Amino acid sequence: MKEYRIDQSKGLEFGLYTLGDHLPDPFTNKRISAQQRISEIIELAKLADQAGLDFFSVGESHQDYFATQAHAVVLGAIAQATKKIKIGSSSTILSTSDPVRVYENFSTIDLISDGRTEIIAGRASRIGLFDLLGYDVQDYEALFEEKFDLLLQINKEEIVNWEGEFRASLKNARILPRPKNGSLPIWRAVGGTPASAIKAGYAGVPMMLATLGGAVTHFKYTIDAYREAAVRSHFDPATLPVGTTGFFHVAETTQQALKEVYPYINEGMKLTNGQGFPKQAFAQAVDKRSIINVGSPQEVIEKILYQHEMFGHQRYLAQMDFGGMPFDKLAKNIEFIGNEILPAIRKYTAVK
Amino acid sequence: MKIVGISGSNVGTKTRTAMDYVQKELIESSPEVDFKLIDLADYALQFSDGRNYLEYDGDTGYVTKQLMEADAIIIGTPIFQASIPATLKNIFDLLPQNAFRDKVVSMIVTSGSPRHYLIAEQQLKPILAYMKAQIVQTYVFIEEKDFYRKEIVNEDIIFRIQRLVEDTVVLTETYKKLREAKEEEYGF
Repeated sequence: MKEYRIDQSKGLEFGLYTLGDHLPDPFTNKRISAQQRISEIIELAKLADQAGLDFFSVGESHQDYFATQAHAVVLGAIAQATKKIKIGSSSTILSTSDPVRVYENFSTIDLISDGRTEIIAGRASRIGLFDLLGYDVQDYEALFEEKFDLLLQINKEEIVNWEGEFRASLKNARILPRPKNGSLPIWRAVGGTPASAIKAGYAGVPMMLATLGGAVTHFKYTIDAYREAAVRSHFDPATLPVGTTGFFHVAETTQQALKEVYPYINEGMKLTNGQGFPKQAFAQAVDKRSIINVGSPQEVIEKILYQHEMFGHQRYLAQMDFGGMPFDKLAKNIEFIGNEILPAIRKYTAVK
Repeated sequence: MKIVGISGSNVGTKTRTAMDYVQKELIESSPEVDFKLIDLADYALQFSDGRNYLEYDGDTGYVTKQLMEADAIIIGTPIFQASIPATLKNIFDLLPQNAFRDKVVSMIVTSGSPRHYLIAEQQLKPILAYMKAQIVQTYVFIEEKDFYRKEIVNEDIIFRIQRLVEDTVVLTETYKKLREAKEEEYGF
């Protein structure tokens, strides 16, 4: 775990992630400017840092209703604005990027942040960016696998010799600057099916698993499949961090939390995904066995501890800014996290 | 209430004829319904490549968005080679997995042979169920002999179409009411 800068004696890591969505607030139908959205994301990272959260990350989505297409640039600003919190991407769409440029960007952010930077690399859940950036979606899988291998090689070797299908060969290439501690933690972003988790396991790389809704046990199956694949590839799962990501919102009471967050998720999903989030499925969030972390602080603590018991994971990333949630609500959530949730989950999940 | 009718083939006339009857019946019996008939013969749709339906443009984007915005869908389909035509299957492939969640879907089948009667039951309904439709269980099955020069000459078929249209509208209203009452109960 040390290679990935994770200290299990401090307990389950807790972080925030944003997709950088830029949506109207469904209660007012007003949308802040892209400039304000980006500056609020940077502000959110500062608040998270001050409250003692472990991680903050920003994703890239190249479509309407998003503002952080240049997520590495936003992370550069966050690196400068924060002091202790680890930062990263969630995720970097490697399939449509040049791994050399990605590595140059993120090792530079690592230097700016004094060694706090990580990459979470993904394949894209939407495919519009293949047209936009000039790639063939027929190569969806091959593009990612080849580029991910190259990214890992650049991380390991300062002088790279490489040949592949989707990029010019590298002959004794020096990829500079190097990160502060020689290498970056690089995770594989996994959504949906166990098939992608199994690939992460075979490669022996940390997995960040996206969860939208459903039973905790459903995701446990995926995590088990990941670890079993790692063992088959002769990796020790005890050395490989697992992270989960999902919807998060806390308020004084569970009913209040549901009321506050549901319209943001439902309306936001309609605009970005073309279909709302069924209220019936959201109503099940109050059950401890549901993966959606919405409720009172105490209930969310119990949920996260239950998830930890099932998953044995090392990091949880909360998505709480989706759908145009106003900044004062986000700040209030960070207060709940810092004052109530972090102390409890650290106390009960620290590995002695 | 928005209802979209689909004439599911890009060749032939019988399914379109049947759907014209559906349209006429809907306008007469439920003038408040916003009804749109989409004849796939009038649109150049691309094959599904797996992208989100919001990312298609042109005719493909238009048709998928119309369907996703509908409260109910009435599918008219011929039977080709003992199955639904490729044009109709492509519509399903273009849409998200749960595209028919909270939608009522009903069916009208035209066929050259009575031996095809169970094809909607065995091939179309499972697709609709998988995509989370509230299916109007009884469908209208129309044979070659029921048509004469782009008209339906079997009065029994006319009655069946009337009942199908009525059931589609009633079930759409009913499911909406039930859903709203339940969602109200959740209290958020």
